[in-house]
Amino acid sequence: MALQRPEPVQVVKQRRDGALRGLLSGVPYIAYLGIQFDRRGDELTAILPFDEKLIGNPALPALHGGVTAAFLEVAAIIELAWGSLWEEIEAGRVDPTADMAPVRLPKTIDFTVDYLRSGLPRDAYARARINRSGRRYASVHVEAWQDNRARLFAQGTGHFLIPQPPDHPSE
Amino acid sequence: MTDIIQIARQFIEAIPHARALGMEFESLGDGKAVISMPYDPRFVGDPVTGVIHGGAVSALMDTASGAAVMCHPTAPASTATLDLRIDYFRAATPGQAITARAECYHVTRSVAFVRVTASDEDATRPVAAATGAFTLDRPKGAN
Repeated sequence: MALQRPEPVQVVKQRRDGALRGLLSGVPYIAYLGIQFDRRGDELTAILPFDEKLIGNPALPALHGGVTAAFLEVAAIIELAWGSLWEEIEAGRVDPTADMAPVRLPKTIDFTVDYLRSGLPRDAYARARINRSGRRYASVHVEAWQDNRARLFAQGTGHFLIPQPPDHPSE
Repeated sequence: MTDIIQIARQFIEAIPHARALGMEFESLGDGKAVISMPYDPRFVGDPVTGVIHGGAVSALMDTASGAAVMCHPTAPASTATLDLRIDYFRAATPGQAITARAECYHVTRSVAFVRVTASDEDATRPVAAATGAFTLDRPKGAN
């Protein structure tokens, strides 16, 4: 049996990046905050470029606590949605070059933010880790930092409701 | 009362992110704050339904909580969020403003405990609720 040649790397990248763009482009609030995602293989890093409108305490100045909460929550939701989309992309069931149907995003049940130090007026980064993802519920932890990866300025944990496929209505 | 609302308005005007989200004080005083945020398509989290993103609701509840701490009778010099746990009950109705009602329910020398609810025009069914711990910085010489 002849070995199948692997696809050219740029084709693979194009498909994965296209799927990620499709996932993000539908959410106005992600664009409003200016959140971007950096992808290395299946690993995502959320990036929040600094902007004046993100300030919550002009005297320090510091990022708004609500912005930090929103940034962490977005990172968690996208990580979850990306995890399930990834399997579809790799199995060839999603073609981001065609018009992607809007991805149904997980719904937040609860989210707890731990503010460790004040957010400085510069770019912030976040990575989410899915601790448990069942058929209906998922638990996700997120860490956010600015200048030093080891010095977190906030962390969060949230529980999410996984969207059910339309042909499998929730029992 | 008008004075305190005027001061509160200036306070919110001075917070770039509160201004960016179009937040407005409804009432303020005695460790309680009510702030509303008009519906804005830019803050939508689900384009299919037009429902506002939970993150924007969190920002509103965090702002209302901070304001509640600042207007506590012990007159803190400043405050910052230590933690905030948000529970999402239902999707906010698209097109409706969201109002957060925050209350400092306990205050120690250095920490304020706050609870807050967020609702759309149907105030009987909140869309979200949160509890948080906030730092409390006493004015110099108050210790």
